[in-house]
Amino acid sequence: MQIESQWLKPQQPGRRTQQDHALLRWSLIAAALAVIAVLVIIPVISIFAQAFGKGWTVYWRSLTSDPDTWHAIKLTAFVAPIAVLANVTFGIAASWAITRFRFPGRTLLTTLIDLPFAVSPVVAGLMITLLFGRRGYFGPWLLDHGIQILFSWPAIILATTFVTFPFVARELIPVMDALGSDEETAAVSLGASGWQMFWRVTVPNIKWGLLYGVILCSARAIGEFGAVYVVSGHIAGQTDTVPIRIEKLYQEYNNAAAFAVASLLTLLALVTLGIKVVLEGKTRQELADAAAVQQGPEVEK
Amino acid sequence: MSAANRRILPGFRLSLSFALAYLTLLVMVPLAACFLKASTLTWGQFWAVVTTARVRDAYVVTFGTSIVAAGADLLLGLLVAWVMVRYEFPLKRFFDSLIDLPFALPTAVAGLVYSTLYAEKGWFGRYLIPLGIEGVNTRFAIVLVLTFIGLPFVVRTVQPVLENLEAELEEAAACLGATRWQTFTRVIFPPLIPALITGFALSVARGIGEYGSVIFVSGNKRFMAAFPHVKSTEIAPVLIVERLDAFEYAEATAIATVLLLTSFLLLGIINYLERRSQRHAD
Repeated sequence: MQIESQWLKPQQPGRRTQQDHALLRWSLIAAALAVIAVLVIIPVISIFAQAFGKGWTVYWRSLTSDPDTWHAIKLTAFVAPIAVLANVTFGIAASWAITRFRFPGRTLLTTLIDLPFAVSPVVAGLMITLLFGRRGYFGPWLLDHGIQILFSWPAIILATTFVTFPFVARELIPVMDALGSDEETAAVSLGASGWQMFWRVTVPNIKWGLLYGVILCSARAIGEFGAVYVVSGHIAGQTDTVPIRIEKLYQEYNNAAAFAVASLLTLLALVTLGIKVVLEGKTRQELADAAAVQQGPEVEK
Repeated sequence: MSAANRRILPGFRLSLSFALAYLTLLVMVPLAACFLKASTLTWGQFWAVVTTARVRDAYVVTFGTSIVAAGADLLLGLLVAWVMVRYEFPLKRFFDSLIDLPFALPTAVAGLVYSTLYAEKGWFGRYLIPLGIEGVNTRFAIVLVLTFIGLPFVVRTVQPVLENLEAELEEAAACLGATRWQTFTRVIFPPLIPALITGFALSVARGIGEYGSVIFVSGNKRFMAAFPHVKSTEIAPVLIVERLDAFEYAEATAIATVLLLTSFLLLGIINYLERRSQRHAD
């Protein structure tokens, strides 16, 4: 099997009979790397250079001794996991229904999952305001009963969940589709209960794809700006999340602190990319294993 | 798979009803609220809101910068995807993984760093501004940051298609006497077109909705009828936020509806293209 899969890789560069002229090749490589350097690498280096530009002490102090910044970090650490957890639950339920069963409206449901991608974050914030604002559809009634949603953490969670809605489901659907339901059917036929099958067969099979979705979802949830900006009322020390705190510091011309906070998020983004590279390999392995299992019986014939 | 599965595998009702309830509450109800609010305006009122000089100008800035940035992404993305698929060079995996950074980096951070890089004393600005290239508080600044944000959309849609092109076709073209350039334009490029359009549309859609990074770099210069030569840099989402802060919900919704319908149209095009290319692949 191993030897075979090595043979099946058709895109080995050395095999290409038509190799471009070295001069053309290297100038194109140089141009592409220049694009990546100017757009991505130099900006990232610049973030850290400016964050540490005034030394470690200033860096450390701007992160830890500003109560508003500290509150923003705590708020983001509270909001993001809830949004991610909600979307993981939805992602698993939706992909189970979509990949394991056939029902009318299945294609429509798959399309609807992508809908939040087409909605501008600010417009997402607008929708939540229309529902829960002081002059919104439910806002006045809820406020009369002492329930504050807009300009408070529930609205921030709603906005973050809306914006990150499709990530987990989108990653899981192709993985579960490729895995097929044979193992799960076997587990149930042998007497496993629904939850036993889920925890012992489904979850171990999809774990890397699921983790990949969680990583993408978390990165977006932590960094969301537009939607949260609209619904949070951006009150310093109360409803500012980390990205909004960066904007406030920038407006106050406190660049050193803005970059210090930004460097935290950048570090997180770089870690996300690192994990992503590893997980993509693992997910591909998951899919390849699934393909091998499905081909297995035919080979034995 | 179908009907038999429902008898064998558990959880059909539970998973589907949960998914539908969640989708309805979180996505459909807010969307409905938006269209309901928009429908409280008459067609005349709606038209009056979205065609005032300031709103019209904001749309020109929003759509114009998004389209120009997506066009830049198209060229740069094709170049980067080509190099990543066709050539070998040191640290290739590292550079390849960095292309996804705009997906992972919060937009506020992107806006912050771009606004300082191209400012007068910034790393790029100190060389560019003497040349008359103003990369902050201009429409060009918006294009720059949107180009950053949209780049992975083009690269990641073109890359897989380029990888799956059959080498035999190129070899055949070469055998039949085509030059390398002819092979590129007549054999390699045509199958890439659907992917390029998809990448372009994704990038435009993302650009239209982008807020966090743009407000850092644009300077949010208002349109002023008295100074028509001053190029405004106010984007439509900024106007939406402003109207919401003033509790003008209906007006904000009218401005948003135009953005929403444009994005849905783009999503529709993307879906159509994906389905078409899947049919061709089958």
